[in-house]
Amino acid sequence: MAITMTKGQVGLTGNSAVAYAMKQINPDVCAAYPITPSTAIIEDFSGYVADGAVETELITVESEHSAMSACIGASAAGARVMTATSSQGLALMWEMLYIASGMRLPIVLANVNRALSAPINIHCDHSDSMGARDAGWIQIYSETVQEAYDNMFQAVRIAENSNVLLPVMVCFDGFITSHAIENISLVDDAEVKDFVGEYNPATMLLNTDNPVTYGAMTLPDTYIEFKHQQSQAMSRSKDIALEAGKEFGKRFGREYGLFDSYRLEDAEVAIVIMNSAAGTTKVAVDELRKQGKKVGVLRPRLFRPFPFREIANALKGIKAIAILDRVDSMNDFGGPLFNEVRSALYDLETRPKVFGRIYGLGGRDYKVKDALGVFDELYKVVETGKIDTLTKYITL
Amino acid sequence: MATLKELSKQDELLSGGHRLCAGCGIPPIVRLVLRAANAPVVATTATGCLEVGTTIYPYTAWRIPWIHSAFENAAATISGVETAYRALKKRGKVTQEDMKFIAFGGDGGTYDIGLQALSGALERGHDFLYVCYDNGAYMNTGIQRSSATPFYSNTTTSPAGEVIQGKQEWRKDLTRIVVAHNVPYAAQASPHNWSDLSKKAEKALKTKGPTFLNVMSPCPLGWYTKSEDSIKWAKLSVDTCYWPLYEVEDGILRVTYKPKEKKPLADWLKPQGRFKHLFKPENEHLLEKFQARVDLEWQRLLDLDGKRL
Ligand SMILES: Cc1ncc(C[n+]2csc(CCOP(=O)(O)OP(=O)(O)O)c2C)c(N)n1
Ligand code: SF4
Ligand SMILES: [Mg+2]
Repeated sequence: MAITMTKGQVGLTGNSAVAYAMKQINPDVCAAYPITPSTAIIEDFSGYVADGAVETELITVESEHSAMSACIGASAAGARVMTATSSQGLALMWEMLYIASGMRLPIVLANVNRALSAPINIHCDHSDSMGARDAGWIQIYSETVQEAYDNMFQAVRIAENSNVLLPVMVCFDGFITSHAIENISLVDDAEVKDFVGEYNPATMLLNTDNPVTYGAMTLPDTYIEFKHQQSQAMSRSKDIALEAGKEFGKRFGREYGLFDSYRLEDAEVAIVIMNSAAGTTKVAVDELRKQGKKVGVLRPRLFRPFPFREIANALKGIKAIAILDRVDSMNDFGGPLFNEVRSALYDLETRPKVFGRIYGLGGRDYKVKDALGVFDELYKVVETGKIDTLTKYITL
Repeated sequence: MATLKELSKQDELLSGGHRLCAGCGIPPIVRLVLRAANAPVVATTATGCLEVGTTIYPYTAWRIPWIHSAFENAAATISGVETAYRALKKRGKVTQEDMKFIAFGGDGGTYDIGLQALSGALERGHDFLYVCYDNGAYMNTGIQRSSATPFYSNTTTSPAGEVIQGKQEWRKDLTRIVVAHNVPYAAQASPHNWSDLSKKAEKALKTKGPTFLNVMSPCPLGWYTKSEDSIKWAKLSVDTCYWPLYEVEDGILRVTYKPKEKKPLADWLKPQGRFKHLFKPENEHLLEKFQARVDLEWQRLLDLDGKRL
């Protein structure tokens, strides 16, 4: 797809922007299988391959299980590897997601968030990537097309950092972000190259002078040490992600942190929410601020690793907080974001009142009025000092 | 092709000291195939006896670069490795001129759970050799039936019971399924005939594109046979025509070994504990049915000998 810029800006859908980021990164291998709403990423990218705009070898596999398996083979062989998927595709990869992270392979995957069947539904929610939250992948969530694009470059840098060596999933909302056209700023090709650098793995299957064994069987005498090392790498990746976000800001003027705080400094009540719905919530915040209400939003970007200390610190002093999940853990106790943020707040000396709400499953609209409704509830909690319902669905 | 003497002087690429059972058919198959490469090799293995038996951390029996990722995806994994080779060579990051890529999988990892990945990789035309070692069951997990398990075989999920006498279904003809992908080379082999196996491996590895070997692999544990007899039973599987040796090269089928005297199937079945129930007088008809099916399949193959498929 030909990209024409006007005044340094270009109108792109989320999918086209991410495909363009992949073109600029120009990875060695891409193995992928189509699924709505991420299909256009691979279609655009196939076009770049067909036109010789990238040197990447594309493997059009017969399933997502094979997509991730081929990514693993290629990454272990020493290649820089990328793929994209959604929903059932990510679910079919599930077994291999753990193997990619357990083998410490810095694969980058764009996940366009979509609901999981049944009932089958092609629209946005976060049940796919949230279902894979414990698969050992770093997860970065993106609010806008611009951020999804920017996150792809940071993902490569974080994944391949020798203190990390973990796969990274860049998540953004199906249709809402993947298919919406937004004016974004592109990074110059040469600057991309410089920012992501060369990938020179310490070991690779294709080095026959130094034969290595990947994927050996382990017994109880060693397995836990492997997992411990992996866990430590995940923990180290937080600072590396922060560094990458800062460096990105220094070079290109858009800095990213572990999360995004919106009018939070003096807030009395706040909503914690991820991806595109944070934008809707910010509109509600602006409206309420005009009325003199002290409200704010915290939008986690990095969900894995989960920056629990930093998030608790940012929410300290707020009286009541609503945590909104676009996924249900089906545990009768709210979604994963609710559980993890609420747990992070446990160590605060004065704990805010917290409740969880599940919204927008299967692409149900989350509107400014829904955010306003949640803020209403928050103010009621502040007034009464009581939470009526700890967790429930909204946008029904 | 190298002589036996020459072969014996080559470095072993799969070291001794691995933990596969004594008398297992897999190691000789792997060694013969690796020796046929005549170039640096990268291999992958599906979950199963070969993988478990050669790699318990911190040990590895592999003197070549090797990866195991899961059970059903050896063909997809090697697709990734082979593609990475082409990508990195193009960019000058790998300079090695000729490299061979081999995927090993058991019958379970190939006929059953890995069939889709295999089919995909064959269709895409990657330059690799897939070797299926067919021991006729999921041995690593305790002898459960696979679609390669022989007729009436007693396995832990197709037991010879009071009413049902072992596995009731004829085996899947995987080699023919692979041939239907129009690959440039596919063959069946057996480790007792080392020169036939070596020739086929050499041919397969010399051929550009996806190639396939289906190799009979005796398993003393699952067949209830003596370790020292494995090669004998491999030979009898061929001499009874249960496991014909043939190849399909550029679409033309050729039977590479025709026994001078076709042995009765019972000669192969009787020494194997997994077929013990077939030798009860009341099961004679099953034995006859089994023999009749082997005769039919063998005749079918002979009818195709020398023909373009
Ligand atoms: C997805 C998945 N399902 C099941 C298993 C359990 N499993 C491991 S090896 C194996 C059987 C392997 O059989 P085969 O491919 O014939 O190899 P063999 O053990 O005979 O060498 C099974 C069922 C697994 N590892 N992964
Ligand atoms: S169980 Fe059978 S296939 Fe597995 S190592 Fe032992 S002999 Fe070989
Ligand atoms: Mg088997």
